[in-house]
Amino acid sequence: MKKKANANLAMVFNTMPEVQQKKKFCRFRKNGIKYLDYKDANFLLKFVNDQGKVLPRRLTGTSLKYQRKVAQAIKRARHIAVLPFTGDSLK
Amino acid sequence: MATKTKSKTTETVVLKDYESVIIFTPVLSDEQLKDAISKYRKLITDEAGELVHEENWGLTKLAYPIQKKTTGFYHLYEFRANPDFISKFELAFRRDERIMRYLTVALNKHAVIYNKRKRNGEFNQGKKDQKQEAAK
Repeated sequence: MKKKANANLAMVFNTMPEVQQKKKFCRFRKNGIKYLDYKDANFLLKFVNDQGKVLPRRLTGTSLKYQRKVAQAIKRARHIAVLPFTGDSLK
Repeated sequence: MATKTKSKTTETVVLKDYESVIIFTPVLSDEQLKDAISKYRKLITDEAGELVHEENWGLTKLAYPIQKKTTGFYHLYEFRANPDFISKFELAFRRDERIMRYLTVALNKHAVIYNKRKRNGEFNQGKKDQKQEAAK
């Protein structure tokens, strides 16, 4: 059952390379990124879905520490109109 | 985010790192824009602050309309200043009709390092190297 569910998830989010791997990892820990730039829209787009909502940790694999920073950066980016609050097709 | 500073005697001025992004209305002429930018630059330096970096993004498209406008002039100040200065600085923003939106953020040590590296173009270099390697 579990395997099936995972396969479905992988199909839905097959655009994300992390999901195809067996073990998810936190990209910040792995790459040693310590600061998230809220002005970098292209990077933040990886953490929102096509409506502009923040993606959950269980899909992106981000650790809790950095998920908080991701959320903060996205909120800042929305305030200065770098990211939209809502959108139909961001990607 | 901000590093906690213990309450010291008022003699030592504690400078902290900040970054302000301002969105000016697109209706300004080049000269008006220059005026506005230099006004805030002067405000920082007059208050014994230290302007670290300044960046003009030019006329940029907004992700959503603000005050029924779809574009704006973005300007970024990175500076070191006394924490008391920020309220004064933001009050000036709020009183200024040329400014549609602003955001001031305190920078931690990682952010300062990141900004420095970004300014020196280290990130783009990394990408270029990767591309060159890929080409090989």
